[in-house]
Amino acid sequence: MIRERYINFLIGALLLIVPLVALQMDEPFIITLATKAAILALAGVGLNLALGQGGLVSFGHAAYFGIGGYAMGILASHAQDYAPLMEVPFVIEGTNLMPVIWLVAIVASALAALLIGALSLRTSGVYFIMVTLAFGQMFYYFAISWPAYGGEDGLSIYVRNQFPGVNTLDPIQFFGICFVVLMAVLFLVNRLNKSPFGLALNGAHQNEERALTVGINVYRLRLVAFVISGAITGLAGALFADLNRFVSPTMFSWHTSGEIMVFIILGGVARLFGPVAGAAVYILLEHMLGGISEYWQIYLGLILLFVVLFAKGGIVGGLARREVRHDG
Amino acid sequence: MSLLQLEQITAIYGASQALFGVDLTIREGEVVALMGRNGMGKSTTIKVISRLLKNPQGQVLFDWQDIGALPAHKAARLGIGLVPEGRRCFTNLTVRENLFASARPGEWDFARVHALFPRLEERGDQLAGSLSGGEQQMLAIGRALMTNPRLLILDEATEGLAPVVRQEIWAAIATLKKTTSLSILVVDKTISELRQVADSVVILERGVSVWHGTMDALSADVKDRYLGV
Repeated sequence: MIRERYINFLIGALLLIVPLVALQMDEPFIITLATKAAILALAGVGLNLALGQGGLVSFGHAAYFGIGGYAMGILASHAQDYAPLMEVPFVIEGTNLMPVIWLVAIVASALAALLIGALSLRTSGVYFIMVTLAFGQMFYYFAISWPAYGGEDGLSIYVRNQFPGVNTLDPIQFFGICFVVLMAVLFLVNRLNKSPFGLALNGAHQNEERALTVGINVYRLRLVAFVISGAITGLAGALFADLNRFVSPTMFSWHTSGEIMVFIILGGVARLFGPVAGAAVYILLEHMLGGISEYWQIYLGLILLFVVLFAKGGIVGGLARREVRHDG
Repeated sequence: MSLLQLEQITAIYGASQALFGVDLTIREGEVVALMGRNGMGKSTTIKVISRLLKNPQGQVLFDWQDIGALPAHKAARLGIGLVPEGRRCFTNLTVRENLFASARPGEWDFARVHALFPRLEERGDQLAGSLSGGEQQMLAIGRALMTNPRLLILDEATEGLAPVVRQEIWAAIATLKKTTSLSILVVDKTISELRQVADSVVILERGVSVWHGTMDALSADVKDRYLGV
């Protein structure tokens, strides 16, 4: 068995090397795939904080992914039309600057997570899953029926947004941005997991009563984790929209929530690099099996079934030494 | 001065009433043993004190403050430290992480907990789930101490442990009694060992506190009536 640290390093290195090799071989499509993997991994890292560390099975993380996406879509569409977002009481212009868009995406999805979390964390178990799913679907139907920003058809952005000093239209450079963001967030999440906050979150996951009796305010702890989790997924949503230069209500759909969860289960629940491995394998499967059959997800289903039944730790868990127990 | 005072506590646990009138007083620095046969309400009483049981009737005063409606985590922050029955450490955290996650500012820190239980320092990076029963018990006590409590509640702290390990735990409790001003509530069944540490005894019988007095006043007659099998 290998130390988890080395596996994490390997996963990160692979994600970096593949697009660099693709660049040498002049295969921009592979770079785009790697970028997609990095972004979806980021969404998974967000959910993993709530689901893996906190044991909060949110089936509505598409809500934050979509909010991040629409934050980008709305700001960028106003910028490309030269039409301010609002004029009364003060003028807010659109923007095509990534850092600003990211900030808006993070704040907007954090606020949504605060609201949704505050309500849904009063329930637990299956009810929590259902309540988060219901909130996610609310956003989905809202986006469909909101004609101002494309409704069901979604919203196209013609030029990728800008990042100072980087040519974002160059695939490898945009990949670089996404990769750095992913690594930075992983670094922060790792620090968080090892802080008293993260340890308490983990402890409350194992035994809520024990956590309460050592003075941990479990509800507030989970709410904070849920908000951070939503904010990270929201940031991923903004990047995803930028990758496709397109946002649509699909980002809000429960399929998206399910996919983010699949990354985590494939890669390893509560493992730092689990969602990275999961998202990468997912993209790989989609690319390879998608060529064989339109119904490639049947194979994905079989693989998922295998992981759930025989390799509960997922890819990272299967390779790593230190065991993480989730039922204590 | 009394630190904890329960007055005429009645409580419903699950579908049935478990407590029908419990009086219990613990003074500052005092070690009180809570005794009684199985199912007489000891665990429920502890749940009332640590606020894990919602809505008991009667008055629960901690440091002259009515804590009857306080959420459990706030009671813990006030200074009620529980070492639960069956230990229940956070098994997938290391020993150090277990202590770290519970730490609150105060005189109890890593160094003091390690001085009381050197074994915990040795096993610092080991997963709590991989410890022996006795070590887990030490960790559970250490974790409660890290919250810097004023009242430490030990629920069946030595149950299911080997005699040697039990002695170690009892010795640690005795040390705590000698070297700190901590009030301690011990739930246990072994009178001989309780005698080493407990100042007074409260006996529960069918959810009612039926006897209290000093350890020495615990006569054979009382033992037979309430504690005999």
